[in-house]
Amino acid sequence: MSFPYLSAIIFLPAIGSIIIAFLGGNRPRLTKYLAALFTLASFILSLVIFAVFDRSAGASGAFQFEEKALWIPPLGAHYHLGMDGLNLPMVVLTAFLGFMVVLISWKENLRVREHFAWLLLLETSILGVFSSLDLLLFFVFWEIELIPMYFIIAVWGTGRRQYSAIKYVIYTLFGSAFILAGILCLYFTTGSLSMVDSSPGGRALITTAIPAAVIFFFLLIGFAVKLPVVPLHTWLPDAHTDAPTAGSVMLAGALIKMGGYGMIRVSVSLFPEVARTYAPLLVILAVITVLYGAALTLRQHDLKRMIAYSSVSHMGYVLLGVFALGEMSLTGAVLQMVSHGLLTGLLFAVAGLTIHNVHERDLRKLGGLARQIPIIAVIFFIAGFGSFGVPATSGFIAEYITFIGSFISQVVDGIQVATIVAIGGIILSAVYILWMLQRAFYGPVQEQYNSVKDANTLERFYMFAFVALIMLIGIYPSFLINIIQLGVSPIVRLLGG
Amino acid sequence: MIASELIWLIFLLPVFSFIIVSLFIRPSVKPTSKIAGYITITAISASLVLSLWTLLTVMAEPKHELAVPDFSWLTVGDLTIRIGLMIDSLTAVMLVVVTVVSLMVQIYSQGYMHGDPGYHRYYAWMSLFTASMLGVIMANSLLLIFFFWELVGLCSYLLIGFWFHRPAAANAAKKAFVVTRLGDFGFLAAILLLYTNTGTFNIPELHEMAITGVLAGTTLTWAAIGIFAGAIGKSAQFPLHVWLPDAMEGPTPVSALIHAATMVAAGVFLVARTFPLFVNSATAVTIVAVIGAFTAIFAATMGLVMNDMKRVVAYSTISQLGYMMLGLGAAGLALRQEGHVTLELAKAAAAIGIFHLFNHAFFKALLFLGAGSVNHATNTFDMRQMGGLRKVMPWTYATFVIGALSLAGIWPLSGFWSKDEILAVTWDTQRVLFTLVMITVLMTAFYIFRVVFLTFSGQYRGSDPGSHGQEHDHTTHLHESSPVMVAPMVILAILAIISGFWNITGSFDAFMGHGETRSFASGLFGIFTHPLPWIALLVAGLGIFLAYAIYGAKWLSAERIGHIFRPLYIIFSRKYWFDELYENVIVKLILLKWVFAALEKIDTKVVDGAVNGLANTVRTIYRIALLNGIFDILQRVDGTKIEKANGVIKEPNKNWWQVDGIVNVMANGVTASGEALKKTQTGQLQLYGLVIGLGVVAIILVLYFAG
Repeated sequence: MSFPYLSAIIFLPAIGSIIIAFLGGNRPRLTKYLAALFTLASFILSLVIFAVFDRSAGASGAFQFEEKALWIPPLGAHYHLGMDGLNLPMVVLTAFLGFMVVLISWKENLRVREHFAWLLLLETSILGVFSSLDLLLFFVFWEIELIPMYFIIAVWGTGRRQYSAIKYVIYTLFGSAFILAGILCLYFTTGSLSMVDSSPGGRALITTAIPAAVIFFFLLIGFAVKLPVVPLHTWLPDAHTDAPTAGSVMLAGALIKMGGYGMIRVSVSLFPEVARTYAPLLVILAVITVLYGAALTLRQHDLKRMIAYSSVSHMGYVLLGVFALGEMSLTGAVLQMVSHGLLTGLLFAVAGLTIHNVHERDLRKLGGLARQIPIIAVIFFIAGFGSFGVPATSGFIAEYITFIGSFISQVVDGIQVATIVAIGGIILSAVYILWMLQRAFYGPVQEQYNSVKDANTLERFYMFAFVALIMLIGIYPSFLINIIQLGVSPIVRLLGG
Repeated sequence: MIASELIWLIFLLPVFSFIIVSLFIRPSVKPTSKIAGYITITAISASLVLSLWTLLTVMAEPKHELAVPDFSWLTVGDLTIRIGLMIDSLTAVMLVVVTVVSLMVQIYSQGYMHGDPGYHRYYAWMSLFTASMLGVIMANSLLLIFFFWELVGLCSYLLIGFWFHRPAAANAAKKAFVVTRLGDFGFLAAILLLYTNTGTFNIPELHEMAITGVLAGTTLTWAAIGIFAGAIGKSAQFPLHVWLPDAMEGPTPVSALIHAATMVAAGVFLVARTFPLFVNSATAVTIVAVIGAFTAIFAATMGLVMNDMKRVVAYSTISQLGYMMLGLGAAGLALRQEGHVTLELAKAAAAIGIFHLFNHAFFKALLFLGAGSVNHATNTFDMRQMGGLRKVMPWTYATFVIGALSLAGIWPLSGFWSKDEILAVTWDTQRVLFTLVMITVLMTAFYIFRVVFLTFSGQYRGSDPGSHGQEHDHTTHLHESSPVMVAPMVILAILAIISGFWNITGSFDAFMGHGETRSFASGLFGIFTHPLPWIALLVAGLGIFLAYAIYGAKWLSAERIGHIFRPLYIIFSRKYWFDELYENVIVKLILLKWVFAALEKIDTKVVDGAVNGLANTVRTIYRIALLNGIFDILQRVDGTKIEKANGVIKEPNKNWWQVDGIVNVMANGVTASGEALKKTQTGQLQLYGLVIGLGVVAIILVLYFAG
């Protein structure tokens, strides 16, 4: 048996979490180094599998680094992990962000041990969601994620953190209830919990009592809460705004991608026919999400809340790409998830840093900071530019591939009109990002911020790491797109489009 | 012959200088050092040499085209996006324009920007700006043009907002980006439309399809209109003209570059590049001609009344860009009237607009650099604070007058040749538009000589030396600018005189049209066989004379004339209230205050309100149920009971999964969260951590044994 790479990637942070939790005494430095060590190990392993991943055309549709063992025999549930072009980028992204959030919370000094223990457990659960190929295992990881996130928001958050944390949990539980119902329906109708061994044309569910469309929507509602899709989005601005920086980065960077990933892996792959039928509805929801999210972003004046609402808008592009159901549009959607994970992860990181150093988060009171904290300003500008799709950043390539792919998709009627309307979102996103940058960094220098510190060496390190990846994808996207294609093309074949 | 690697270098050299300056020079070298400028100037000089070499090579080619191998950038599904260059006569001419103007501006900036704390940042962005524009010019596919197109927009944002501590500069930068992005929306839609219908982004292929009629009808018309929308944004045509006058908040050399060779030229270039698509649609060429002619006169009226020297020149740019668009549109109409369209004829027709762009680039850069030079001495752009500068700034004066004569279209300067070609082709096709631009000729000559007389003649009206100025925080000291600033102005002045000679034998048109010519009259003498140039000269002369009468000799009182035309004066000086309409009415009132605010209300009150309402209802039901003892009964049914101690309800000893009903599950969820929260605050979090940790261990153990 070869080395269980995926198990190692998933559980290394969990092991770190347990060790940290059992550390005696108050040893914050050791805790932080341990956390960094375990998340870095997981990240390096993820890079290893990224490097050795078979990119040849023959690998399309096959799972690599597969691990499969019978888990709960009576149910036929398996401990089944595997990588294809769809989840490999998400795993690498999560492992990267997992390591980054440890560095981002280096200055944390409130209940350090618990903080890092929860962070690492969170990473394990998200990695588990992306790696699982068994619905029950997928669901278990999906649910585990709630607990650490709840505590991270409720204990280390700001503002109405308890309200936001409970809201987050209940909202997600509401969605999970539908997912569980969907999984149970699927299990009782097909007798299988596998997420992957579907026959061409999806699972033949016509003979069963429960229509496939019902199961499809059960699962979709759960994913739509997570992504989020308007009108199921109201948890997001509260949770993102009140979470501590590390929590926001994880939420926006990796966690909400579970929704988009679930839609592609489960909703579209297992129910291609149903997805085709209801795609026009979901495309309209996508357009609404894009524009509604952008319009609301324009009304915000809290730095983090703006970024949070902009995430809603940007996730609308993912929904558009997924339910345009074209090869290119799906590729664009996955790329947009990775790109948004990096860009918004960085935006939250640098916004958190700004708020930490300046002690002010209201954009109406900020201003002129470009002179006082130039390095933070430069990074903030790059992240902002990426997020409204400036060329040579990942945002440009991801958004434009999604647009082109959606526009030319032959599967959904009227997709051209929807795409053109959604493109209107790029005008609004330029407005709100530029407004945000202008309010925080441009304008006359304000005396009271003269003593504000700029980024230190560690902070520069992690911010540059983000920027490097964003630019790498922006300038040479092929290395990622080739992999995503391997995962997307079998799904497109199922759709027959 | 020139190697294709060297052609790539034209674009890559400024990219390298951007990388070197921004990554290595800026963090390590003091802003007083001039090294960043030298690096940029070296890179762009080399680009200029290579551009000239390319131009000569292209001229020597029989078909005026160079083939450069392209390569694949990425493949998604059926689409392969390739990166490649299109080197034809249009590209070659534009390369020279951009590199010459950019080089002059960079040299000038060594004097103008010296001592600015953002000196390195300035050169880094100027390099990137130049590189992006070169990318637009050389790209062989619409997608690649769009890539650089957006980078040009970004750089203009950064450079207009260069002095970002000034709110006006920050606002102008944002306005420029957002307004041009409105146009980009159309451009992108056109790209998508063309790709869906043709399966290609490649420009030569699209040309071929448009000329052969494969691409025609409504698709072509809408695509052309979409492309033109992008051009309207970038070239500041009506109704997206509002950003350009504000864009002068950037440093003056930046304005020179934006107004002459980079940003605004990109729009005209784009129309010329895709001109074979336009000529096949009567609607599209008509729109181009009408918007161009209207913008020309519309902007000129505002230029008449501005008191800010730079603003007058800025409005003249919009007006001149209108001429170029009109030149393209009218030439397209003329071509359609003849009914015979080939690729060569279409390209030759585009030459009329591009020739004006070519000439305009030099004299407009010159006028801006002259305005900067004046500002360097007087610390203001307000012409009411100037006067009499002819004696102290002889070089600036002489070169500025040359630029002004060229702009006014006086023989034999460059503006004369290209403007008369546009007038002639308009005369042949559309008499109404011809009338509009003929009036514009009068206005142009008038407003630019108003600047000349107000600035350079008469007595100095400025404040006492020692006051602080707009752009530079040094004291006012009337003096001629340093040689490093004067030299580029002199070179540009020479170009403003001679650049028009290229076409006096019709060779520019022949070059652009691969042998075909579209000029109404070829040759230096041919032009005077037509009455039109004489009329145009007379009109321009009248404009200059009027300016002299009012502002030079003061035979007529400016105040009295202003009084007579007061309503017009108000309309022009308030810029037809377009800023107010866009900013206050559409953006601030309709969008922000009505639409977006209503959406926000819906979001908090309805969407989120429903969520909170549901939660509260569940909580209330839970409480009432408890108080009324219903819960007690339910729990007895389930085999759990509630204990009361001292009248306070204690948490029932129960297993939640035994309790039926969605209400209870949800209510318990709320309570449990609250409870958990309470415990976290009393330090029992470790317990939870332990439980979860053990759970994970248990899962691993189960897996181990099961596997």
